[in-house]
Amino acid sequence: MTERITKNMARNIYFGGGLFAILLFTGLTVDTVQKIPKLSHDDTITQSVALGKKVWENNNCVGCHTIMGEGAYYAPELGNAFPRLGANDEQAFKTYLAGWMAAQPLQTPNRRKMPQFNLTPAQVTNLADFLIWTSRVNNQEWPPNIKG
Amino acid sequence: MKYTSQMVAKPYFIFALILLAGEIVFGLAMGTQYLYGDFLFPAIPFNVLRMVHTNLLIVLLLFGFMGATYYLIPEESERELWSPMLAKITFWVFAAAGVATILGYLLVPYATLAESMANSFWPTMGREFLEQPTITKIGIVFVVLSYILNVTMTFIQGRKTTISVILLTGLFGLAFFFLFAFYVPDNLVMDKFFWWFVVHLWVEATWELILGALLAFVLIKTTGVDREHIDKWLYLIIAMTLISGLAGTGHHFFYIGAPGYWLWVGSIASAAEPIPFFLMILFAFNMAKNRRIQHNNQIALTWAKGTAVVGFLGAGVWGFLHTLAPVNYYTHGTQLTAAHGHLSFFGAYVMICFTLISYAMPILRGRPHGNGPKAQKVELTSFWMMVIGMIGLTLALTAAGIMQIEMQRLPDAAHALGFMETQAAISTVYAIRLAFGVMVLAGLFTYFYSFFVNDEKVDA
Repeated sequence: MTERITKNMARNIYFGGGLFAILLFTGLTVDTVQKIPKLSHDDTITQSVALGKKVWENNNCVGCHTIMGEGAYYAPELGNAFPRLGANDEQAFKTYLAGWMAAQPLQTPNRRKMPQFNLTPAQVTNLADFLIWTSRVNNQEWPPNIKG
Repeated sequence: MKYTSQMVAKPYFIFALILLAGEIVFGLAMGTQYLYGDFLFPAIPFNVLRMVHTNLLIVLLLFGFMGATYYLIPEESERELWSPMLAKITFWVFAAAGVATILGYLLVPYATLAESMANSFWPTMGREFLEQPTITKIGIVFVVLSYILNVTMTFIQGRKTTISVILLTGLFGLAFFFLFAFYVPDNLVMDKFFWWFVVHLWVEATWELILGALLAFVLIKTTGVDREHIDKWLYLIIAMTLISGLAGTGHHFFYIGAPGYWLWVGSIASAAEPIPFFLMILFAFNMAKNRRIQHNNQIALTWAKGTAVVGFLGAGVWGFLHTLAPVNYYTHGTQLTAAHGHLSFFGAYVMICFTLISYAMPILRGRPHGNGPKAQKVELTSFWMMVIGMIGLTLALTAAGIMQIEMQRLPDAAHALGFMETQAAISTVYAIRLAFGVMVLAGLFTYFYSFFVNDEKVDA
């Protein structure tokens, strides 16, 4: 098949196809950037949510957990932690999270271990607010069930 | 060796191989922690092991690409490297920064590292694969810029070939897309969206151009096939890379809060992503069949063919397995992703580094016709140990992923197992995975041993 294609034709496919792909991708990117604020309820990102994201990053939580399916696969999904562990009750979730963080590492022998991060009560609240915000992002109804 | 400045490639190759050994050792430690949660805990928690494992991979590949480029570009340009001194300085700066960053990960808790590196001043840390302190990221930018400057100046002043043009295009793309690592908005969805501009557009677009160029270079050298013919293939491969790979980024946008049209765009475009890898197989085997010369370095050609095949399996087949949105709905974030990640990085990128090292190292060590037959035989053994080890490990992770989906994802909420229960149920498979990992490390040590096999000189 390739005998019929000359080097010049191949080069034109590369430049033409490449340019088309770049334009298509750029166009979709521009559109997506305009739509994300609404899909993610950007206006509900309070200072606490933003600080919670920093707690999430500064402790490298994504090194063990997934969030909306991305991260490491060593520990549970946390994008839906709020409905799964807090039953969609903000106060209950915050209480649960504070207790959970304080109890780490659990003493069960050879269970996968979560380190003790020594977060302040304010940091735990921020983290909870961040996870609550994340759980409300419109992400095509993923995961398939509450187990994550 | 035609140009003395090609010699600067040598420390890059050696350091890349050392980092690879480190990467695999940390991988084995993670595999062990999967089975025994107390292993190394709390001294090195899983997230730290993983950070070291993945960061070593990225850095070793960059070292491999740099060494390969410094070897290739003088020969393609038919002149000495613009500044061998700059290449040497770049090596030491990059190596020192890399080692310091890894030590930082290992010696202090990550939060302490973030604080001492003034992450609050310009926060870029704590995102998968981009965990490096901001200062390290800035360092990477300077290292890459000095590397590109060196290559570009050599290119401008010398002969221009299709291979060097495409390689340089890939390098500029690599540098450009890394800049998105510095953009960390408060909105997690926006953050994730642009995070993929680094990660996907590196491995599934710009790096593939580099891969194609490096593969073409070794094929020309080991088969003697006409450049016109090779160039044509190269253009077709990278054309398909860009056409499928750019919009194919959409397969990462399905379930992270991006608009729904990505379900269609990502599925359709990325369904074509195996094509460039399939073309690479046709390319490598076609060139080998039509070879004009019988190069004594046969193992280099074996690596080249292996790169095409395992790259196709890992990136093409294992990528396609879960790239369609309705399938990905169930596979997203399971061990199936890890399976694909392991075989594609190894097959496409680690193996292309082996290909270049296998071709260039003997020449840099004063053996223009390749290593002797005994050394090549040892190297062939190491090739199979590593390839079989990686495929075995990938099959184990695939089984783990499928079991995970069956137990945790497919049943309704009332019948599905939780994450930790599911993981406990598939621990046997993780033991098998670990065993294949040990085989990969043994293969790498066998490869190292091949450097020290004494052969009678094979001089022409």
